[in-house]
Amino acid sequence: MLTLRRLLGALPTLFIIVTVAFFLMRLAPGGPFDEEQSSSADVKRNLEAAYGLDRPLYQQYLAYVGGVLRGDFGPSFRYRNQSVAELIGQGLPVSATLGVFAMLLAISIGVPMGLLAALHHRQFVDHAVTGLSLTAIVLPGFVIAPLLALVFGVYLQWLPVAGWEAGAPKYLVLPVVTLSLPFIAYIARLMRGGLLEVLSAPYLRTARAKGIPGRAILWRHALKPALLPVVSFLGPATAGVMTGSLVVEQVYGLPGIGRYFVQGAINRDYTLVMGVVILYATLIVVLNILVDLAYGWLDPRIRHD
Amino acid sequence: MTESGAVRGPWSDAMRRLRGNRVAIRSACVILVLLLLALVGPFLSAYALDDVDWDHFTIPPSLSSGHWLGTDSIGRDLFVRSLFGLRISLLVAVVATLVSLAIGVTWGAVAGYAGGRLDAAMMRTVDVLYSLPYIFFVIVLTVLFGSGLYLMFIAIGAVGWLTMARIVRGQTLALRDKEFIEAAIVAGVPTARILVRHVVPNVIGPVIVYATLTIPQVILFESFLSFLGLGVQEPLTSLGKLIAEGALEMETSAWMLIVPATFLVMLLASLSLLGDALRDAFDTSQRRPA
Repeated sequence: MLTLRRLLGALPTLFIIVTVAFFLMRLAPGGPFDEEQSSSADVKRNLEAAYGLDRPLYQQYLAYVGGVLRGDFGPSFRYRNQSVAELIGQGLPVSATLGVFAMLLAISIGVPMGLLAALHHRQFVDHAVTGLSLTAIVLPGFVIAPLLALVFGVYLQWLPVAGWEAGAPKYLVLPVVTLSLPFIAYIARLMRGGLLEVLSAPYLRTARAKGIPGRAILWRHALKPALLPVVSFLGPATAGVMTGSLVVEQVYGLPGIGRYFVQGAINRDYTLVMGVVILYATLIVVLNILVDLAYGWLDPRIRHD
Repeated sequence: MTESGAVRGPWSDAMRRLRGNRVAIRSACVILVLLLLALVGPFLSAYALDDVDWDHFTIPPSLSSGHWLGTDSIGRDLFVRSLFGLRISLLVAVVATLVSLAIGVTWGAVAGYAGGRLDAAMMRTVDVLYSLPYIFFVIVLTVLFGSGLYLMFIAIGAVGWLTMARIVRGQTLALRDKEFIEAAIVAGVPTARILVRHVVPNVIGPVIVYATLTIPQVILFESFLSFLGLGVQEPLTSLGKLIAEGALEMETSAWMLIVPATFLVMLLASLSLLGDALRDAFDTSQRRPA
């Protein structure tokens, strides 16, 4: 019930995003065909007519919204004879593979790291984890990506420097690691903080006083609430993965959506940029709803119904 | 601050805590050195930003050639270019932070002071924008505004105001029912004047602290955009752009990547550490007995 209500509530948001995206891109100075080599006025006019750019703005808008509802984002202005939906269809598997593996890696390393640090509070492990995660947060992805490629691709020759090759594992390693590093750091920090806070809560003191062994306290009582900050970070993290994939796909030459988006922005490929923004916004809205639901499961106090 | 030793205001208190923080002091020193380098460094070198040294293409850092940090593949001096990039980074830090400050403080103060429906609508807008990857909006905005330097800075600042608006709104809500505001209303002071004279000065502390945390973010944004080719354009350069160029040549000339990357990471690290220290120093919730 709650899920349905949240989903319905998200519709106006998405509608606003589609509208704002459309008008922003149309307001931009410079059309997509400004840099045509054969840019005689006639050619330009014909191109604009072919893409419907000569019609009144509100007609273009209605046509666009109608198309989006049917899953049609219009033709790409740059990649001739390809629709934006086709381009997204080609890029999405690449970006999704990267994103999913990066998040899995970040969780499976970040959570244990944070737990270890919290359990050895103010000891060597704790300082090491805190220091490492600070470093990973301060090093931007576009610095780490070329450096990793340099060390593991050029100097050590363990892994290919760039390329995709249909997602062969050895081509995936560097991009996924690069993408996940900041999230490993954030998750470790949040996990550490979460567990430290929970461990000092009165109900755990009671549990200890009742003589429940430490291990059982950790797994049965402390872990779930301590995960709350990590879970709430997963929403923003999705957005972060998308942003990070802009860099990662560029550096490692991967044919994902991020690359199309950057190229689209440079080429003023209106429909492509709008399509990607709308896709990302939808993904984030849906994932935020999932995060809210997970929250309710982890912490009964904030269960809504 | 003119308080004597006996009277300890929140400011002098925070400053004292900050001085006791070794990390904060070191970060501040690094920032000062970088600032100084950015301002005077380019004048120390014999080369200008886009001087091409025909005898020294792609040479590694060395003291004897006069190219202290090497040259790029068309013989331009990397010491000068990196420091110029540093200037851009510091410039974006100032301009974009001021823009996000201006928008965030106005938005938050108006929403918090007005309350009711207007407040709800304004904060709902902030929530919606929050849930979106704002780097995409910066990119859309830079596409919209073109590649002008200041317009790009403003675009970056225009997207970073959300947290600021939330903080200011929270503070304003707490202030709204205080007696001195009521007194001003009763005395017939216009609302705009109340906001400017009574509300904003009282929320400025947390705002300044958060602004210092915004600075590394906007610097990162600018270099991120420039790295992707969407930010600063030729003939100007920025650290992000230099890193992108260096990444193309790294297999044979790693210094082209490492030199600008080192400057950027040093700047980001020291600013973040100082920002964190400032936040801790002003954070009264975990004030320990001194």
